[in-house]
Amino acid sequence: MRATMRAPLALSRAALFLAPLAQHKGRLAVSVLAIALGVALGYAVQLINAVALNEFSQAVRSLAGEADLEIRGPRAGFDEMLYARVARMAQVAVASPVLEAEAKLPGRKEPLHLLGVDAFRAAQVQPALIGSAPADLLDLLRPDAIFLSPAAADSLSLKPGDRLAVQVGLTQQSLRVAGLLRASGRERLGVMDIAAAQLLLGRSGSISRLDLRLRPGADMDAVQADLQAQLPPGLIVERSHRDLQRNANLSRAYRVNLNVLALVALFTGGFLVFSAQALSVVRRRAQLALLRVFGVTRGGIARMLLAEGALIGAAGAVLGLVAGYLMAAAVLARFGADLGAGEFRGLHPDLHADPWASALFFALGVAVALAGSLSAALEAARAAPAQALKAGDEQTAFARLRPAWPGVALLLAGALCTAAGPVGGIPLFGYIAIALMLLGTLALMPRLATTVFAVLPLPRAAGARLALAQLQGAPGQAAVSLAAIVASFSLMVAMGIMVASFRVSLSQWLDQVLPAELYMRTGMGGDTGFLSPEDQERIAALPGVRRAEFLRIEQLLLAPDKPRVALLARSFGGDDPGQRLPLVGAAFAPRAGDPPPLWASEAMVDLYGYRVGQVVQLPLAGQLRRFTVAGIWRDYARQHGSVIIARELYMAYTGDRKANDVALYLAPGASPASVMRAIRASIPGAANVEYGAPAEIRARSLKVFDRTFAVTYALEAVAVIIGLFGLSSNFGALVLARSREFGMLRHVGMTRRQIGAMLAAEGALVSALGLALGLALGWVISLVLIRVVNRQSFHWSMELHPPWALLALLAAALLLLAMFTALASGRRALGVDVVRAVREDW
Amino acid sequence: MMLLALCACLCAGARAQDYAQVKPGVALQFPRDAGSHAQFRTEWWYLTGWVKDARGRDLGIQITFFRNRPGVAESNPSKFAPRQLLFAHAALADPGKGKLLHDQRAARAGFGLAEAQEGRTGVWIDDWSLRQTDAGYSARIAAHDFSYALDFKTTQPPLAQGEGGLSRKGPRPAQASYYYSEPQLKVSGTITVAGERREVSGTAWLDHEWSSAYLAEEAVGWDWVGLNLADGGALMAFRIRDKDGRSYWAGGSLRGADGRVRVLKPEEVGFEPARRWRSPRTGVEYPVAMRLRAGELNLELEPLLDDQELDARASTGTIYWEGAVRARAGGKMLGQGYLELTGYWKRLKM
Repeated sequence: MRATMRAPLALSRAALFLAPLAQHKGRLAVSVLAIALGVALGYAVQLINAVALNEFSQAVRSLAGEADLEIRGPRAGFDEMLYARVARMAQVAVASPVLEAEAKLPGRKEPLHLLGVDAFRAAQVQPALIGSAPADLLDLLRPDAIFLSPAAADSLSLKPGDRLAVQVGLTQQSLRVAGLLRASGRERLGVMDIAAAQLLLGRSGSISRLDLRLRPGADMDAVQADLQAQLPPGLIVERSHRDLQRNANLSRAYRVNLNVLALVALFTGGFLVFSAQALSVVRRRAQLALLRVFGVTRGGIARMLLAEGALIGAAGAVLGLVAGYLMAAAVLARFGADLGAGEFRGLHPDLHADPWASALFFALGVAVALAGSLSAALEAARAAPAQALKAGDEQTAFARLRPAWPGVALLLAGALCTAAGPVGGIPLFGYIAIALMLLGTLALMPRLATTVFAVLPLPRAAGARLALAQLQGAPGQAAVSLAAIVASFSLMVAMGIMVASFRVSLSQWLDQVLPAELYMRTGMGGDTGFLSPEDQERIAALPGVRRAEFLRIEQLLLAPDKPRVALLARSFGGDDPGQRLPLVGAAFAPRAGDPPPLWASEAMVDLYGYRVGQVVQLPLAGQLRRFTVAGIWRDYARQHGSVIIARELYMAYTGDRKANDVALYLAPGASPASVMRAIRASIPGAANVEYGAPAEIRARSLKVFDRTFAVTYALEAVAVIIGLFGLSSNFGALVLARSREFGMLRHVGMTRRQIGAMLAAEGALVSALGLALGLALGWVISLVLIRVVNRQSFHWSMELHPPWALLALLAAALLLLAMFTALASGRRALGVDVVRAVREDW
Repeated sequence: MMLLALCACLCAGARAQDYAQVKPGVALQFPRDAGSHAQFRTEWWYLTGWVKDARGRDLGIQITFFRNRPGVAESNPSKFAPRQLLFAHAALADPGKGKLLHDQRAARAGFGLAEAQEGRTGVWIDDWSLRQTDAGYSARIAAHDFSYALDFKTTQPPLAQGEGGLSRKGPRPAQASYYYSEPQLKVSGTITVAGERREVSGTAWLDHEWSSAYLAEEAVGWDWVGLNLADGGALMAFRIRDKDGRSYWAGGSLRGADGRVRVLKPEEVGFEPARRWRSPRTGVEYPVAMRLRAGELNLELEPLLDDQELDARASTGTIYWEGAVRARAGGKMLGQGYLELTGYWKRLKM
């Protein structure tokens, strides 16, 4: 008997559980898709980065080989005599000197990583850098012979015996591909004899790196400390593979930003699950109460609803993992692994699904969906069955959201978080602040809605009057829709203001840093291009050139755990540099007797603590030189720090008279095109250089900006669309739940038209409030993005430039959409037979 | 003498006329000629010897420094320019170990880290060195499995090989080298193997030879022997083999206990394999025991141990056998020295 009773009960429970899922296919699909999108984005970013890091670490390992320590310094290298000194140290078993360059290949965008090695030393430290079984061993030493990694040979379509042209200065040097390297990774590199490389690159007397293998049993820390004490300024000895860490750090800010965007998408998905489940519980109140009457416990109800959420989460997560993998594969195939950040250029890796990452993102998807269903499940479990079985009880479902203090506390905590500094170079607290502010505002929403709707005067028109009365009477019902609007619109506003501010600031900055009429740059696609002193003289003497300002770029290593800082040695043609640079804050004029001036970028303030007026030391050509920080300038081109000094001073300190770029001011009557022609005609090799008028450089820079932010735009747009979808489905469901009310209104004589007007007014009221709150919240979040997140991630400031027209347009569109949604859902509800609708109540 | 050539590749660089040539009528001068001759293509200093430790155990020692001028990048002003390359082999024949312990070094000359000095013997790669001292020579070698700190005291004047130091290597005049030996060097010092420090003493032989000439087209390798004779005399003999294993050229010298030198003509020297040994590592077969005919002397050469093969593919790119041997005549011990067998793996190119 009992057994036969149990079967139908179990059946009915399953039916009650599955039926609503089947009934609301549309909403279900949207919830699943939202979770899937969040998981897919996060998983794809994770996969791509894992692949890039893995490839990169392999490359570093084969480059560093079995080295224990390595000595590095400025990009231009250091005195080779250090090699003789270090190699003699008792604890050093082998010292392998390396000369490094990013060789510019004519007609190609990507440079070739060129290494000059001493094969006899490298064989003992980095065997992967030795040509494998060359036909003629002397090619390891010949001045014109280069060995390519298989990946480089592949991507350049070269085979042993072919010639490879490399641009040095303005001239092309022809090398012979003598063979392939043993290195099997995907890094694109070429290896030559170190003496040959010095000769080829015109860098006799200098090396860029010393890789050391210590004697067995040597105390690595002691040797490192001992060595560091002996090194000239500007050189750093560190554990091998350390730059692996540094490069991972380089791309971290960008990666974290992408991950945060993925989390935003996931959060939106969770929110969607929340709203869907909340409404679903409201609609199934009677059914759930019936289950309680049948004997299902409170816990059973909660578990059942949580299981629904978990199922949605699992389905979304699986879909997301598949989509994420496909997305990662497509991105890798199309762009390579650098995701637009530029740190992993030149790697074209294979993709491998990582079980740990898969498990993590699956768990994340399920967890978000569970969290989304938690409140609804607890609420449903708490309801007293007898009361819930009665109609018109939906209001209580939202009552729990009403206390004000958690929201206020969240907002306060968020405000406090904005004052915190970065954690490991990541604006962690900035992101937390945004999340807290968002959650705080959402938590306050019902209270705000109640307050605002209560003080609004009742309008005359019946529809609007009824709408406001409805909202005043049952403000909780609109809370979910309101939250959806606030969340999506505030994020939209925040991103809009941030990106617009950045773009306008960048555009103004470009105007300021590009005052000349023609620019010539040798530094594109490698670091082996330059203008020799003779080239410079010839350019400056051309009849069409009124003034030529040359720029030399060097990279200095100032701290072991940070990337190199750019040193820009430039001439200002007699102008006051303070007037020419995009300075932020006050300038400082060095007094007589002060060290010469230096202008530091904002990143130098954040990363190295530079202050205006401070005296700082820079290692130039192995000697510490003192400078006075005369001003802080904004540098949107380099996020790891840069300093500007006068070129005359740089030449006096280093003897380096080469230049990378030149800015040309033209004589009256001369055109950029005619001067470009004149340069090409008078300087051999000048055709191998990039030329640009300021307008072109501007356009190109902004294009790069837009492309970089394209990922951001796309992710944000998707998140916002999800938010809107959530809003419309909430509204629709809410209206559907009120079909009895509409039936009653029809019964007492209201026309369909009047009810429609009432719904539209409700939609407009809710949306207007949501948009207003969203705008305010978005404004605050944009400030956090600009002042905290961006500043801590990229170390540059920007001015606030809200895109008013765009925001107004978006607000209007959202308002219309909300009204339309309300109307459209109402139309469906109104289609129901009046009598039936009213009868449902009893 | 002859000893090992550097692999083919290291010799194919500059044109022959860029190198100094071996010419007749140039007398050896010391200490100048004990130093490096940077204008010649190849040069080596070759120390081999027999020593006994305190417990009377026999050990064979070999220390070799090669210099090579590859003839590439000579106009490159870089301090790294590979104008001179240096290689070194060191080996220890210990019958207790059953096989040869050996190690090698290779470096480009420069920065004082690896150099071959002119004017007197001084050649080193990092912590491997061979230097001339007032009394003779001093060698310091820190190899992977063993190390040497040995002094070599001169007891006799140098022995100029061939015609006053010009040693013919083939029928053509260009096939020749400058070559002298220092036999009967008194060895003293320490050898450390596997952490065990052994005081040793014994007798060694130094060869110093330099040349720019190619080994004859027809030649594939050579057999060479240098013996410190028990009576204070010294015997050096070599033959160059063709591809059929026949003698293509031969020569040698015998200095008696009285100091009188007899130069051996090609037809006065003969090597005849008495026993062969096949290397289990490389599969190469060497005639490790030989019957040697040098003028009127007929000697049986028997190795200290069979496995004295040296795999130098990582430095000079070759595999050869270089071993301590005893020389007997009719069962009577006449002397001890080293036997070198090259070209049994692949044809040596020089």
